[in-house]
Amino acid sequence: MFSKWLMNYEETAAVILFCIGFSMMLFNRNLIKKIIGMDMMDSSIYLFLASQGYIEGHKAPIVTGGVQSTEAYINPIPSGLVLTGIVVAVSVSALMMALSIRLYHRYHTLDLDKIVALTGREEA
Amino acid sequence: MTGVSQVLLLFLIGCALAVSITRNLLTSVIIYTCFSMVMCIIWITLESPDLAITEAAVGTGITSLLYFLTLKKIHAIDARNKAKMKRNETARDGGEGHE
Amino acid sequence: MSDRKSDLPGGRFVRWLNQDQDVLERQMIAAQNREPDSDEEMEEAWRRERFLEDQKEEEVVASRLEALNERKVPVIGRVVYMLGCMLICIAMIMLLLYTVTTLPGFGGEIDPAQNEVPRRYIEQGLQETGALNIVTGMILDYRAFDTLGESTVLFAAAMVVLFLLRLDPESNRYSTLAASIREEPYADTFYEPKNDSILQHTAKILTPVAFLLGIYVVLNGHLTPGGGFSGGAIVGAGLVLHVTAFGFEDIRRFFTYRTYQRTVVTALLTYAFSKTYSFYTGANGIESIIPLGMPGAILSGGLILLLNICVGFIVTCTVYVLYAVFRKGDV
Repeated sequence: MFSKWLMNYEETAAVILFCIGFSMMLFNRNLIKKIIGMDMMDSSIYLFLASQGYIEGHKAPIVTGGVQSTEAYINPIPSGLVLTGIVVAVSVSALMMALSIRLYHRYHTLDLDKIVALTGREEA
Repeated sequence: MTGVSQVLLLFLIGCALAVSITRNLLTSVIIYTCFSMVMCIIWITLESPDLAITEAAVGTGITSLLYFLTLKKIHAIDARNKAKMKRNETARDGGEGHE
Repeated sequence: MSDRKSDLPGGRFVRWLNQDQDVLERQMIAAQNREPDSDEEMEEAWRRERFLEDQKEEEVVASRLEALNERKVPVIGRVVYMLGCMLICIAMIMLLLYTVTTLPGFGGEIDPAQNEVPRRYIEQGLQETGALNIVTGMILDYRAFDTLGESTVLFAAAMVVLFLLRLDPESNRYSTLAASIREEPYADTFYEPKNDSILQHTAKILTPVAFLLGIYVVLNGHLTPGGGFSGGAIVGAGLVLHVTAFGFEDIRRFFTYRTYQRTVVTALLTYAFSKTYSFYTGANGIESIIPLGMPGAILSGGLILLLNICVGFIVTCTVYVLYAVFRKGDV
């Protein structure tokens, strides 16, 4: 089992990063920390995808010297998917940051527990 | 190459742990920028230069820029500014009370 | 909330007589200059009511926040939450680590992901798309609609951020956010050095280099790593550097909200129409009239160069707009 983890070291690192990001989202009450945790989960998933496309000894998928065979280049599909993902992740985090700025202006705090307490049961 | 990637991945995990442990928001954002840069080099070791250049421009540049601006907006960077804001708020409340 | 009199045009005057508030004084001057319009006055009254409500609510929020800060958090609930979180995290990491052991080896050739689709892209990509960079050929030719959706997501995110953070002191004179901004002019930038000479000299050298590099990356997207997204982000970063060093005046002279909207919508429509044309004529191996050109030349790859330029425009404008909106609440 341990040797398998060492063999798939990129995937193992991606899984550990995913869990660190996940625990950041669960344990931290600060909204900015939660956003960073989510960005980290994004990055770990991209790492996992790209490591699935990697083939030992093959080169980057840019045609050089007219060679066009699958023995020469790595799998280009994960690269394309991750390229899309990185840009979408930036849009998502910009959106979340704008929302947290609005929350801060409204409630003067970024602590999610306090914000929930302030929004809930307004009459009490 | 394998050794280099493993060291880089260890560094990545260290950065992630540091971000989750640090209390100061500015510090954690700076460490997160570091994380993105290491990610950039890992893309190179995975033979994906397209991803590396996109991560360098978009992930490292734009995301951390937006994080810094957000911290600026929520007054998490300058302690003096925060104190000033608080003083102004209390002054405004007091003024209204007198009226 | 406030009395019914505020809805009537006369009630406002009575209230102005009884209370002396700055806001109302300014309104009076404005009212003298224009034709009395009941609709506008109604709107003003409504806004004022909203403002008073907001202020009251803000006080309530502040007092409740103070009470919350003083109140002891129930320890037992916190402990239960932490234990639950830890259990979930541990379960998740065990599950994922177990899954890793069942994967095919890293870097191996025998992998379910290495099927006939990437083989087709690698072996036929140069003939079918004319791009040396197989990834660019893939995302801007075979999967071009995916990239169109991605650019649209970027545009939509910028629009929503604009919607959330835009401050127009004229139109929402009574919003609490705008009031706090007005009260403390440039609260954000108060302690920043203005006209910093180190920054300005660095920017003078670096901005043209950043522009050149970005344009190079955009135009060579089909030959070398990069493309519209990374090149656009580099040009946008150059713009941000210039703006940080010299202020917003230079850029605002030719780049406003309207310019942004027009540029991005034009780029998106150009992208959509040219790609639709290409799908009508050239997809599935039917001959299209757009020549693919000599592989390796700048003017090759059919539509890819045009699409890269469109994406570059979208990303540059979006990066600048995001910066400007986060920075000063307007484009």
